[in-house]
Amino acid sequence: MNKKPNDPAAPPAPPSTMEVVGLGLSKRYRRERRFRMFGLAAIVGSLSFLVLLLGSIGMKGWTAFVQTRIHLDIHLDPARLDVQNLATANYNALVRDATLQLLPAVESRQDRRLAAGLVSGGAAFELQRIVTRQPELIGSTLSLWVIADDEVDMFVKGHIPRDVPETERRVSDKQIGWIDQLTAAGRLEKRFNRTFFQNGDSREPELAGIRGAAMGSFYTLIVTLALSFPVGVAAAVYLEEFAPRNRWTDLIEVNINNLAAIPSIVFGLLGLAVFLNVMNLPRSASTVGGLVLTLMTLPTIIIASRASLKSVPPSIREAALGVGASKMQTIVHHVLPLAMPGMMTGTIIGMARALGETAPLLMIGMVAFIVDVPRGFNDPATALPVQIYLWADSPERAFVERTSAAILVLLAVLLCMNGLAVYLRNRFERRW
Amino acid sequence: MSPTLLVALVLALSVLAYRLGQRRAHALAVRPTGRRLHSRPGYHGLLAALWCAVPALCIIIGWQFAAGPVLTSLALDTVTSQRPDLGPDQMNLLVTELRNLVAGHTGSREIDPLLQAAADRYTALAQVSRLALAALALSVAAIAAFLVLGRIHPALRARNQVERAIEILLTLCSTFAVFITIGIVASVLFESIRFFQKVPITEFLFGLNWSPQMAIRADQVGSSGSFGAVPVLTGTFLISAIAMSVAVPFGLMSAIYLSEYAGSKTRAVVKPLLEILAGVPTVVYGFFAALVVAPLIRDLGLSFGLSVSSESGLAAGLVMGVMIIPFVSSLSDDVINAVPQSLRDGSYALGATRSETIKLVVLPAALPGIVGSILLAVSRAIGETMIVVMAAGLAANLTLNPLQAVTTVTVQIVTLLVGDQEFDSPKTLAAFALGMLLFLVTLALNVIALYVVRKYREEYE
Repeated sequence: MNKKPNDPAAPPAPPSTMEVVGLGLSKRYRRERRFRMFGLAAIVGSLSFLVLLLGSIGMKGWTAFVQTRIHLDIHLDPARLDVQNLATANYNALVRDATLQLLPAVESRQDRRLAAGLVSGGAAFELQRIVTRQPELIGSTLSLWVIADDEVDMFVKGHIPRDVPETERRVSDKQIGWIDQLTAAGRLEKRFNRTFFQNGDSREPELAGIRGAAMGSFYTLIVTLALSFPVGVAAAVYLEEFAPRNRWTDLIEVNINNLAAIPSIVFGLLGLAVFLNVMNLPRSASTVGGLVLTLMTLPTIIIASRASLKSVPPSIREAALGVGASKMQTIVHHVLPLAMPGMMTGTIIGMARALGETAPLLMIGMVAFIVDVPRGFNDPATALPVQIYLWADSPERAFVERTSAAILVLLAVLLCMNGLAVYLRNRFERRW
Repeated sequence: MSPTLLVALVLALSVLAYRLGQRRAHALAVRPTGRRLHSRPGYHGLLAALWCAVPALCIIIGWQFAAGPVLTSLALDTVTSQRPDLGPDQMNLLVTELRNLVAGHTGSREIDPLLQAAADRYTALAQVSRLALAALALSVAAIAAFLVLGRIHPALRARNQVERAIEILLTLCSTFAVFITIGIVASVLFESIRFFQKVPITEFLFGLNWSPQMAIRADQVGSSGSFGAVPVLTGTFLISAIAMSVAVPFGLMSAIYLSEYAGSKTRAVVKPLLEILAGVPTVVYGFFAALVVAPLIRDLGLSFGLSVSSESGLAAGLVMGVMIIPFVSSLSDDVINAVPQSLRDGSYALGATRSETIKLVVLPAALPGIVGSILLAVSRAIGETMIVVMAAGLAANLTLNPLQAVTTVTVQIVTLLVGDQEFDSPKTLAAFALGMLLFLVTLALNVIALYVVRKYREEYE
C-alpha cells in the first residue's frame, strides 16, 4: 500500500489488515463469550443434576430415620396369657384392646377395626418378644411405645396431605381425627427409627429394615476383599516386576484392560453358568456374590496396583539390589511397602464400586425376599443395592421413603470409603 | 471331618513345620563347626511350611471337585445296573433326586426304595471318603514336612526355592484375568450354542418379533415364543443414542471448560464433584429415573398433548446420559490436556481467540482420543443395566419414538433370568445369546477405542 493518498486515479485504498480484523472482532468476541458460556452451562447443568438427584432423594428419605410410635398401656391379663404356652397367646387382641382403650369414643365394629389399624401388625410380635423374655411381667400393665401403621406414619410425616379427598388416600377422616386426638394427648410421637437399622426385610414397610441387606453386603464384600486384594496385588507385581515382554504378557494386559470395560451383567452370567450350574454352589449366598464381584473388581485393583508400583522410582530397586538383596527381597521389603498406599487406595475404590453393584447379583439369585438377617457366608442374603431395587418395586408409599433412606445409607457408606481412599492417598502418597 | 477343619489342621501343621525348620536351620548356624548357611533360617522354615501345605491342599481341593461325581456314579451303580435303559435326561433326574435325598429334602412323595438304598450308600461312601481324605492329606503333609526337615543343611538353597515358588504363585495370579475371559466366553458360548440349536441364528439376528414367554399349552398362539432380537437391539440403540446425545455435549463442553478456561482452583473443586456423578450406584439413578424423571416427562408430554408412556425410553436415556457425563468428560479432559501447549501458542500468535483455538486447533488434534472416549462411553451405555431395568419397559416395541416404551438387551437378560428357571428352555438360553451379543459388541467397541486412544497418545509423546 505504498500509493500516494492523493493520486486520483488510484482505486480507493483496500482496508488494512487491522481494519479487516477489527470489523469482525466484536462478532468473534461474542462467539468467544458464547462458547465459554456453553462450557460453564454444561458444568452447571451437570452439577445441578447432581444436586437435584441428591436433594430429591434426601428430601424423600430423611423422614425414614424417625418413625411414628403410639404409647399404649397394655394390661397383661393373666387370664389371657398362659405362662406355660406363651407362644400361642393372642397378642394381637391385647394390643387391640389397649389401642381401643385410648379411644373410648369408638363404638361400631367397623370403627373399632379402623382404630385397631392405627397400630402396626408388628406390635404384637414386639409384645410377644417382651413377654416371652420377662414372663414375670404378666399381671402388670406394660407401658409401651408401639410402632404405628405405615399409612399413619406417612400421614404424620406429611407425605399424605390433609386436603386430599378421602377417597384418594388410605387414611380415612375418622383415623385422622383419632391421630389428632392421640397427638394432643401426647400418645403419638415421632421417635428415632431403630427398626430400620435392626430388622431384615418385611412386607410391611413400617417393619422393614436394612440390617439383613447390610449384613449381606458386608459378607459379600469380605469375600471380595479377601480374594481380589491378594490376587490383584500378586498379578500386578508379576506383570510389573517379573513379566518378560512377550506375546503372552501382552495378551494378559489386553485382557485386563478389556475386562475392566465389560458390562457387569456379563459377569453375572458367568457366575450363573459357572458357579451355580457347574460348581453347584448355593444360590443367593454371599460367597457366590463375593466371587462374582471379585472377578469384576480384579481388573480395577490390578490396574491401580500396577500404576502404584510404576510410581516407585527404579533407584529404590537398584539400591536394594546393590546391597545384595535378591529380586524377591527387593520387592517384598522395599517396593511393596512403598506402593502399598496406592494399592490400598485402588482397592478401596474397587470395593466401593463392588458395594454399589446390583446387576450381577440379580443373576445369581441374591434378589429374593429374605426376612432373616444372614449369619454367615452361605446363608441366603441380599445386598444393600439389591434391597433398594426390591423396595423401589413395592407399591406402598412408605417404601418410597424407605428406599430413599436406604439409598442415603448406601451413599453415606460409599462417601466414607471414597473419603478414606482420598485420605490414604494424600497422607501416604509420596512424590519422588 | 469337615473340609474347613481339615484345611485348618493342614495349615496348623505347616506353621509347626515352619517353626521346626527355622529352629533346625538356626541350630545348624550357631554350631561353631558348622558352615555358614546359604539362606537365612526363616527361608528354611518357609520351605518346610510350603512343602507341608501345598501338596496337601492340592489333594483336598482336587478331592472336593472329584468327590461328588465319583460318589454319585458309585452310588447309582445299583440303580443303573437294574435299569440299563435310562436316557441321559432320566439319568440327570435321578442324580438330582439322589442329591435331594442325601441333603434330606425328602418332601412328601413316595421314595423309590432302590433310590433310597442308593442314597444311604452315598452317605456311607461320603463318610468313608471324608475320613480317607483326612488321613491322606494329613499324612502327605506330615511326610512332606518330615522329608524337607531332614534335608535342611547349610548348603540348601532354601531362599531360591521359596522365591521360585512365590514367583510361580504370582504368575498363576496374573493368568487369572485370562481365565476370567475364557470363563465368560465359554459360559455364554455354550449356552448360546444350545439356544441356536433350538432357534435358528438367522431368526435371532433378523427376526422382528421378540416375545420370549413360552406358552403353557402347546396349541396356544405363538406357543414356541419368538426370538427376533431386532426390536431389543433397536431399543438398546435408541436409549444409548439418547444417553449419548446428553453425555457427549455436556461431557465434552465440561472437559473443554475445565481444561482450557477454568483456573486450577475451580478445577480442583469441580472435577471431584463431577466424579461423584460417576460414583453414585446405578440403582440410585434407576430409582431417580423411575420416580422423578419419568413422571416429569409424562406430565410435560401431556401438557403438550403428547401421549408419553410412563416407561418411556426418554427418561431412562436422559438419566443414563447424565451418569455417563463424567466418563466422557474425564477421558476427554486427559486427551485435551495431552495436546501440546505449542500448538495453542502458535494459534494464539496468529491472533485466534481462545474458542477459535479450541475449535480449530485443539479439538481436531484431540479428535481421535475424543472419539475413543465416546466409543468407551457408548459401550458403557449399552451395558448399563439397572437404570433401564427400573425405568425402561419390558415390551419389545420396534420403534424409534423415544416417548414409547422400549426394552434393551440388559433388561431382557435380567427379566429372563431372575427368579426360578428351567435350564433347558429357549427362554433362559435366549438370555445367554443376548449376553453373548452384548459381550461381543462391547468387546469390539473397547478394542477399537483402546486402539484409537493408544495410537493417538503415541503421536505426541
